[in-house]
Amino acid sequence: MNRVVALRAGPAVAEPMVEVRGLSKVYPGGVEALSDITLNFPKGKLTTLLGPSGCGKTTLLKIVAGLIPASAGEVSVGGRKVTGPGPERAFVFQDFALLPWATVLRNVAFGLELRGTGRWEREATARRHIEEVGLKGFEDAYPHQLSGGMRQRVGLARALAVDAEVLLMDEPFSAVDEQTRRKFQEDLLALVAGKGKTFLFVTHSIEEAVYVSNRIVLLSRRPSRVSEIIEPDIPRDLPPDRIRRHSAYIDTVEEIWQGLKRYLE
Amino acid sequence: MTLFGLRVPMVASLVLWAALWEVVGQAGATILIPPLSHVLVRLVEIVPTESFAEALGLTARAFVLGTGIAVLAGVPLGVLMGRWEPADRLMLPWVNVFVSAPLSALVPVIMALFGFGELTIVLTVVLFAIWIIVLDARAGARAVSPSLSEMAQSYGAGPLQAFAKVYLRAALPEILAGIRLGLVRAVKGVIIGQLLVSVVGFGHMFEIYSSNFLMEHMWALLLVLFALAFAIDGVFARLEKRVEYYAAARQ
Amino acid sequence: MAAAPWALRAASFVVVFAAWEYAGRLPVNPAFPPFSDTLVAAGEMVADLSLVAALGVTLWPLAVGVALSSLAGVAAGVAMGLSRRAEWLFVPVFIVLQAAPLAALIPILVLAYGVGLLSKVMTVCIMAMPVIVLNSFKAIRHAPSSLIEMGHSFLGSRRQIIAKVILPAASPVIFAGLRLGLAAGFIGAILAELLISPTGIGDLITYHQSVADYPKMYAAIATVIVLSVLFIGLLDRAEIALFRPERRSAR
Ligand SMILES: Nc1ncnc2c1ncn2[C@@H]1O[C@H](COP(=O)(O)OP(=O)(O)OP(=O)(O)O)[C@@H](O)[C@H]1O
Ligand SMILES: [Mg+2]
Repeated sequence: MNRVVALRAGPAVAEPMVEVRGLSKVYPGGVEALSDITLNFPKGKLTTLLGPSGCGKTTLLKIVAGLIPASAGEVSVGGRKVTGPGPERAFVFQDFALLPWATVLRNVAFGLELRGTGRWEREATARRHIEEVGLKGFEDAYPHQLSGGMRQRVGLARALAVDAEVLLMDEPFSAVDEQTRRKFQEDLLALVAGKGKTFLFVTHSIEEAVYVSNRIVLLSRRPSRVSEIIEPDIPRDLPPDRIRRHSAYIDTVEEIWQGLKRYLE
Repeated sequence: MTLFGLRVPMVASLVLWAALWEVVGQAGATILIPPLSHVLVRLVEIVPTESFAEALGLTARAFVLGTGIAVLAGVPLGVLMGRWEPADRLMLPWVNVFVSAPLSALVPVIMALFGFGELTIVLTVVLFAIWIIVLDARAGARAVSPSLSEMAQSYGAGPLQAFAKVYLRAALPEILAGIRLGLVRAVKGVIIGQLLVSVVGFGHMFEIYSSNFLMEHMWALLLVLFALAFAIDGVFARLEKRVEYYAAARQ
Repeated sequence: MAAAPWALRAASFVVVFAAWEYAGRLPVNPAFPPFSDTLVAAGEMVADLSLVAALGVTLWPLAVGVALSSLAGVAAGVAMGLSRRAEWLFVPVFIVLQAAPLAALIPILVLAYGVGLLSKVMTVCIMAMPVIVLNSFKAIRHAPSSLIEMGHSFLGSRRQIIAKVILPAASPVIFAGLRLGLAAGFIGAILAELLISPTGIGDLITYHQSVADYPKMYAAIATVIVLSVLFIGLLDRAEIALFRPERRSAR
């Protein structure tokens, strides 16, 4: 049922958008967060990084984003080597990272503002994405007037507005309540299906990973290595509640849990 | 900014500034800035003199008395304001006014009321130090978790007991932070008081030096005062560190 | 309910003024006039324009000094926050200066620059500058790293990140520094008028004290205090209007 790819990803399923080769990261002070990671992230798919807390998921994502340098190895996106942040990648932050002094409109348009897009054009784009994430009517609100779920939608709209091919999402739903979270997951699936963008997703929730992912990368404890890659074989055309009761879904969750449990003992 | 991380570069750059001072002084660019070495020689000369000992004694007494009064009055007042709404409503506007008011304008009032002696200087110190102590103690008392005060009540603590055993302890980090800020202000107060009264203590010494154009003496005295101020702040910062675990445990 | 805080605030002023009136009528001290006399004196001084003229004189060095210290202090503090080298070189100096009783420098300033406007402006500057510099420095250094990271990830240049992320994020703490600086500048301005040469409000205070016209002396002092509170309030408003649109509606 599930295709379990052996360690060190075998032949790529689809054309890889993000390639990680021999990546290691040692923080100043000696914490070895990542150790010799080699991974491909297929284009147009959502790949989830799953692993125990502190194993280096955020570190990996930030290196791909070009926010922190790697100690060894390299990352390339769309065939080009990563040396810093680039227009083809956009980050969705766990703590939203919204400017508290700026309206929703300006926050969503902020990526474009930094790129020097003209005001009229960037606001038109921003309005489109605000509507797309369901925040129409809140353009002039400030972040402190929004709920956690709404704030994360702003963060998502900001990332969508710069029209990057790769979206890097670090536990984007961890600060929202369970109901909102489920709604988000469904929206995310629609986004993956509709846009052809590549998603790198981090979560702590096995259920969430299985529900939204095309591929799940299990990371071992620090220093992190790839311990397993799982491709849930779940019929995506079913309605959400049927998916969550589907045996493939339940089996995959159980399988991953069994795999992760080793690290907890 | 860790203490250690701060200390190392700090000394280094201050040494650089001291060297610059010496160079400028030696170059004789202005009579205002004598070479640091001359100032230090003068300092060694001044410190053992009787007038210095006298001024230091007076300053120390006024400082200790003034801050003592400010702490003993300010902390309970602040805790009271933090725990009892009517007191807060009544006094907060005034505390807010005085914490940032030009207090130097009030020193003449103290002089008019209490003369040109030590008492005036002590009261100036109190006036400068007390407001920030009250404000921080109030903030600390307000931050005491409700469950803690309910605990005190449920175990039958009277208001005085609750004050001494619960609020004062629980608000300690903020209280100490306030006292530290109060001390810095008190140092300024004790000097401003003496400068304005100008017939006692360091104020008197400055008066004599400046009327005789004794630049080196003046800088030497300044250095001593700066060093004392910094030492007081440093010692108290250490004390504060010791209590920090409280704050960490409380969150 | 909406009116209650106002009422209590008014009550707080009424209580204090009534106590002042009572103590003045006793009188506790010949140099302690009742509130009503002080109020009348203030009215007279406004009517004969002496108060207004004096304020104009006092505010001049204050305005120049505070403007200079704000511009230079914020620029210097921001530079120290952005550059480790500038931090290493300058921050220790300002930490020493903030703890030090800088009023002691006034006699030296008088020797250097005489008893004119320049000395007074310098006095205001040395009082106001350290706190403005250090607050600006801390504000920049503690700008939330997640927002800065966000700026980088969306390809902001260093300049853009400073202008659009770091400075707006730092503005509350910078403004807190400006408020403290303004308060310290007021202390300095009055101190300069009392110590260096009597002009403006300082002159009114010393003159009326010397002729034992205490109501007028108190009226002059109360006026500067009220004025400092007003100015600090204005600074608050300015901050919200200019840099913090999200707090406009919250007020
Ligand atoms: N700036 C840093 N300096 C030093 N060590 C760091 C730094 N950032 C992270 N680490 C360490 O690197 C390791 C991996 O951190 P990372 O944040 O990548 O983990 P994570 O998998 O995202 O954890 P979580 O699931 O809790 O978010 C941790 O042990 C952490 O303590
Ligand atoms: Mg993380």
